[in-house]
Amino acid sequence: MIDQPQIGQPISRLEGRAKVTGTAKYAGEYNVDGLLYGYVVNSTITKGKITQIDTSAAKEIEGVIEVFTHENRPSLAWFDMQYSDMDAPPGSPFRPLQNAEIKYNGQPIALVVAETFELARYAASILKVSYEEESFATDLYQNQDKGRDPKVGMATFLKPLPPKPKGDFEKEYAASVAQVSAEYVHGTEHHNPMELFATTTIYEGDGKVTIYDKTQGTVNCQLYVGNIFGLHFKNVRVISPYVGGAFGSGLRPQYQLFMSVMAALELKRAVRVTLDRHQMYTFGHRPPTVQQLNFGADENGVVNAIKHTAIAETSQHEDYTEVVVNWSNILYPAKNTKLEYQLVPLDVYSPLDMRAPGGSTASHAIESTMDALAFKLSIDPVQFRLINYADMDVAENRPFSSKELKQCYIQGAERFGWSKRNPELRSMRRGNKLIGYGMATGFWESMTIPARAEAVLTKEGKLRVSSAVTDIGTGTLTVMTQIAADELGLPLEDVQFNYGDSKMPFAPIQGGSFTVSTVGSAIKSAGKALRKKILKKAREMDNSPFKNADDNDISFERGGISLNSNPAVMVFFKEIIAASGNKEIKTTNMSVPNVFKLKKYTRAAHSAAFVEVEIDEELGTIQVTRAVTAVAAGNIINPKTARSQILGGMVWGISKALYEETISDHRFGKYMNQNLAEYHIPVHADIHELDVIFVEEKDEIVNELGSKGVGEIGLVAMAPAIANAIFHATGKRINHLPIHFDELI
Amino acid sequence: MNNFAYEQAENIGKAVEFSSNNSASKYIAGGTNLIDLLKYNIATAEMLVDINHIPEHKAIEEKSDGSLRLGAFVTNADTAYHPQIEARYPLLSKAILAGASAQIRNMATNGGNLLQRTRCYFFYDPATPCNKREPGTGCSAIGGYNRIMAILGTSENCIAVFPSDMCVALAALEAVVNISGTEGDRSLEFADFHRLPGDTPHLDNNLKEGEIITSIDLPEKGFDKNYSYLKLRDRSSYAFALVSVATGLELENNLIKEVRIALGGLAHKPWRVKEAEDFLKDKEPSMENFASAAEMILRGAIGFEHNSFKIELAKRAIVRNCMMALNPESQQPGAQPSL
Repeated sequence: MIDQPQIGQPISRLEGRAKVTGTAKYAGEYNVDGLLYGYVVNSTITKGKITQIDTSAAKEIEGVIEVFTHENRPSLAWFDMQYSDMDAPPGSPFRPLQNAEIKYNGQPIALVVAETFELARYAASILKVSYEEESFATDLYQNQDKGRDPKVGMATFLKPLPPKPKGDFEKEYAASVAQVSAEYVHGTEHHNPMELFATTTIYEGDGKVTIYDKTQGTVNCQLYVGNIFGLHFKNVRVISPYVGGAFGSGLRPQYQLFMSVMAALELKRAVRVTLDRHQMYTFGHRPPTVQQLNFGADENGVVNAIKHTAIAETSQHEDYTEVVVNWSNILYPAKNTKLEYQLVPLDVYSPLDMRAPGGSTASHAIESTMDALAFKLSIDPVQFRLINYADMDVAENRPFSSKELKQCYIQGAERFGWSKRNPELRSMRRGNKLIGYGMATGFWESMTIPARAEAVLTKEGKLRVSSAVTDIGTGTLTVMTQIAADELGLPLEDVQFNYGDSKMPFAPIQGGSFTVSTVGSAIKSAGKALRKKILKKAREMDNSPFKNADDNDISFERGGISLNSNPAVMVFFKEIIAASGNKEIKTTNMSVPNVFKLKKYTRAAHSAAFVEVEIDEELGTIQVTRAVTAVAAGNIINPKTARSQILGGMVWGISKALYEETISDHRFGKYMNQNLAEYHIPVHADIHELDVIFVEEKDEIVNELGSKGVGEIGLVAMAPAIANAIFHATGKRINHLPIHFDELI
Repeated sequence: MNNFAYEQAENIGKAVEFSSNNSASKYIAGGTNLIDLLKYNIATAEMLVDINHIPEHKAIEEKSDGSLRLGAFVTNADTAYHPQIEARYPLLSKAILAGASAQIRNMATNGGNLLQRTRCYFFYDPATPCNKREPGTGCSAIGGYNRIMAILGTSENCIAVFPSDMCVALAALEAVVNISGTEGDRSLEFADFHRLPGDTPHLDNNLKEGEIITSIDLPEKGFDKNYSYLKLRDRSSYAFALVSVATGLELENNLIKEVRIALGGLAHKPWRVKEAEDFLKDKEPSMENFASAAEMILRGAIGFEHNSFKIELAKRAIVRNCMMALNPESQQPGAQPSL
């Protein structure tokens, strides 16, 4: 028996002190003697060809080492496949410096390498680039008619396309007592993590490199670099110990990695390439979408007809997709459905998963439509969801592995004080401010994919586990340490978790809220194997009290093994190690989810968000004064870091609803507010009371930990809950995001 | 950013001398705007003349005529929290604190505040046409996304907004800007300091080449009894005004004896309309009267594709802020609306 399991404890981040005191080093902070600095030059046109890059003036500057362009870059891999990565959508991956062709505004076209960053930046500014411009299209809304079905590829496995139509939507919708038809328009968003993208490549000689990279996947980058530059994988080591937020932007290798490695290999020196805030807007982003929803319900409030179409932006070279429309029918079990998802290729860089990709897009449309329908039927919005509660996933005709959404509604409403809501619009006031209550449902798929982990019982009798996984600031280090500790019944201080290094056992990219499930499971199976080995060694000891004991007869506790029948009988790990030649005991294990079992269930985390807004009636200014989110996400490994994830998601949801937007100018085909002064995210003064409830949920299917991951679920329901609250307060239904306050006057 | 020479000036005379010897030089004080502009090649300089080490003009001093002199090199934060400013010119204090962030206010100086450049997206993007950055190339904002742009005093060449909050209060307080240059010292009324774009949008103000702001005088009348600053923006802090209003009221027997109403976020300079202020004189401080004044102030406003809302919003903001000025305790941090 373990005295006190670490799983379930609200442990503070183990690396918290290092981070807040500035001793935690990030990719752009590893210094070596003779380090060179690269600065990337980006295209100022959107489409066309480079006719000339005059680098002569730049090269003449003392301290400028080299200028790389498509004309003098080294010979690289030939095939598209070699530029692919774990998160590559179907299509042809972007190749930096491939040729003279310009595919999008901001495309990297040259790298200036110099002895200082400032010099490289200056030299970059005096390159003379001539272009031959071609006409382009970047406006999704104006090009919706060019929508087409997405291509299918590996990515479709994790992002299924919509199911086929069911029943007779047209007939049922026409016969509905209440109908809502609405269009929802979302613009582009950029991830904007605090830490800028940077790569420091140390050239080790003999075609060997050590790379410090800002990424969400060390192995992903290792494979990418190896493939492109024709290096042995064992000669490419990618390290990413600390990541200052990424939110999806680090799921794919970004071009600073390519640039840094290319320059280091060519110059045989250490090279750092850091992208500035502007340049963060020159790669992946959340794609703009246009959604059309038609929901019809009968007189009892039962939603019988659902049509949900989404048209999303992608690039000309890859088919990036999100799961959007599928959610309508997973959430609400209508028998007549028509779900369609189309892409419009435009002259932009490929979109990229951004926190709660697809889900947060879908939820705004679905949950606003549900709110509008509830209003039409004069049914309370929570009641309306309960009427249409899905006890099973009718879209796939299978049960949920677990679903405590009903409890999210009940407990969230109770904590929020939903019963005090007057259903009439514009009926609640505080002084001259209008008050609105709104709610919405959230959902996020719980995925698990294969990963490996190593577990070692050290000579000191301590546990060391390792995995190549990163910690993007979510608390991975802490949570994995907790999971590992329980395997041997050790306190946290006797457990070391090594991570963020491609030399360590394989882990996939860190995203989709699947890291705890994926890497946590690998650690559990490595731990299990280690326990077996330790017991075997213990049995082999002279006069071992465990000669006839098996796993059920013993406990791992207090730094050793004890007999359940007589806990006083105990052997310490150190004694076992000493008895077995003073050698550490090691196992490496792979955790492979049982796909056949998992496929029988729909696995998802759920949430319900309740929001109060306060709106100045004359001036329109909006404050989200209170919000409660109730989450059902299975077993919560660390309530503290999990709560932080939900809080961060809620703040992001407020941002999505009211502040965040990348402003595009389609005349130039470019983004205009490429900095944090003009790309608005909330400030402290915008965030008020936030409350999180974790609803108890048991799930024996989803993975061995019973845990669903909480990275995205906090975000999903917030934007629609806010939009619905604004409707309740003002009577104005605004279906595009962000909602600007002046739209309320 | 190009390589540049760097000189420290120990006094104003020396600074002006450095500057007049190098026409491609720029003064640097707090650098909160200039450094960004240099980094992105929107501004270039062959020489930076550092004026932070000049011992003069670093204080806030009362003058014999009762006015208060703000040294140009006093930081925005030190000005906002100065006891004399808080007591006598709370409108200025509130306006400063509604601007930028605490970190920026700690660095930015009073002189520099007057000289900050617009936040127009196109001005900050050298790949797009902009008459302010590159005269004669055209105005991208007129046919582009212009939510944050001007509705008053615009020209076909430029619809940029002057972004300062502090200056809106200075306009209301009828401050005087003291200037030194090669031709000696001079003073400008605040209303004459900034310019409208006209056909010279590259000129933000009437400083001559090499001139330097040394101080700002605040006349004795500070409207410390009835004042309010209201700032409407897309988030509660660290965002530029879409509309802001500075109001100072002097009341006598419940009639308006004197009133100042200055607007920010709407034009190439802080906006005041004398006619509206005159109209309010000797009238009751009522919503109806303020609404009439608001109509006068916004007369001639022209909205563009994405910013027409500013016309109605500004009118409502004027009325609200004047009502808030009747009850200055109602003011909220960040100059958010109250009442």
